[in-house]
Amino acid sequence: MGLEAKLTQDGFITTTIDAIVAWARKSSVWPMPMGISCCAIEMISAADPKYDIARFGSEVMRFTPRQCDLMIVAGTVTYKMAQVVRRIYDQMPDPKWVIAMGACTSSGGMYRSYNVVQGIDQFLPVDVYTAGCPPRPENLLNALMTIQDKISKTRARDFQDILPQKLEVETR
Amino acid sequence: MDNKELIIQKLKENFSDSIVEISDFRDDLSITIKPNVIFDVAKFLKENDELLFVMCKDVTAIDWATRKNRFTVVYHIYSFKLNFNLRLKSNLEAEPYQIESVTSIWQSANWYERETYDMYGIEFLNHPDLRRMYMPEGFEYHPLRKDFPVLGIPGSLPLPQKPE
Ligand code: SF4
Repeated sequence: MGLEAKLTQDGFITTTIDAIVAWARKSSVWPMPMGISCCAIEMISAADPKYDIARFGSEVMRFTPRQCDLMIVAGTVTYKMAQVVRRIYDQMPDPKWVIAMGACTSSGGMYRSYNVVQGIDQFLPVDVYTAGCPPRPENLLNALMTIQDKISKTRARDFQDILPQKLEVETR
Repeated sequence: MDNKELIIQKLKENFSDSIVEISDFRDDLSITIKPNVIFDVAKFLKENDELLFVMCKDVTAIDWATRKNRFTVVYHIYSFKLNFNLRLKSNLEAEPYQIESVTSIWQSANWYERETYDMYGIEFLNHPDLRRMYMPEGFEYHPLRKDFPVLGIPGSLPLPQKPE
C-alpha cells in the first residue's frame, strides 16, 4: 500500500521538500494540552481508545510546551490565567498552531463577566475555533484535521527565519 | 434553657448596649451588633465556657447599594459544645468601611476576610496579611460591589499583547 508499493516499483519517489516536510509535520502534531476547566475532560476523551487521537499522529500529549506544535486551549481563560497561557505559548518552538476549544475559549461562552477573557483571540493567534460546551471529541478531532489541512498547505521556508519571540508577559 | 436563650442571655448580660437587633427567622438565630465591639463579642463567644464558638465557618458581606448603612459584614460561627450555628452581623455606617479583624481569634477567618476585602473593599483592621484573594494585585476595583459593571471596566485587567 501507499509508499511501500512505490518503493518496490522504482525504489524512489519524486516530491518536493515542502510537501514531504509538511506531510511529516501534519502527521505528527504534538499537542500541548492546556486543559483549564471542563473542556479538558472531552480533550482527554479524545485520547481514549474509543476516539483515539493516535489515529492522527497526535497521541503524544506533552506536558512541556517545549516539545509541542499545537496548543489546545480547553477551558475558561480568566484574565489571571491569560498571562500563564501566553507564557506557555511563548515557550513553544515555531512553527506552532492553536485550537480554541469550546465556547469559553472562543468567546467567553456563558461567562459574560468581568473576570473571563471574552475570547482568547484577544491575546493569542487562534487557528481553529471549536463550537460546543463542551465540544464532543469528534469535534476536536475535526479541528485537528482542519489544522492538518492547514499544515499541509504550508511551505517549509515560511518558518525559516522566525526568531525566538521576546517574552513580554507582565507578572502581576 | 435552650441554646438560643442561653446565647441571647449571655450576650445581653455582657454587651447589652451593643446589640442592635436579634432575629430568629426559620430557626436561624442572627444577632446584629455594632461594628466597634465585633472583636470583643467574638472573643467572648469563643472563650466563654458555656458557649465555646470555636469554629468560624464564613465571613462575607452584603452590599445593600442604596441603604444608609451600605455594607453588612456577616460571620457564621459554630459551637461544637452546643451544636449550634450562629450568625453575627454588623452594619458599617460610613466610609471608610472598616471593621476589626477576627483573624487573631479564628485563624480560618484569615482568607475569608481577604476574600471579603477583595470583593467588597471592606478593610479589616489589624489583619496580618490583607492582600487580594482572587483578583490580581494592583486591580483597583471591588467586583461584588453593586456599582461595579458585570463586564468589568475595560482596560482595568491587563492582557498580554497578541503576537504579530
Ligand atoms: S465551553 Fe463549556 S465545557 Fe468548555 S470550559 Fe467552557 S463551560 Fe466548560
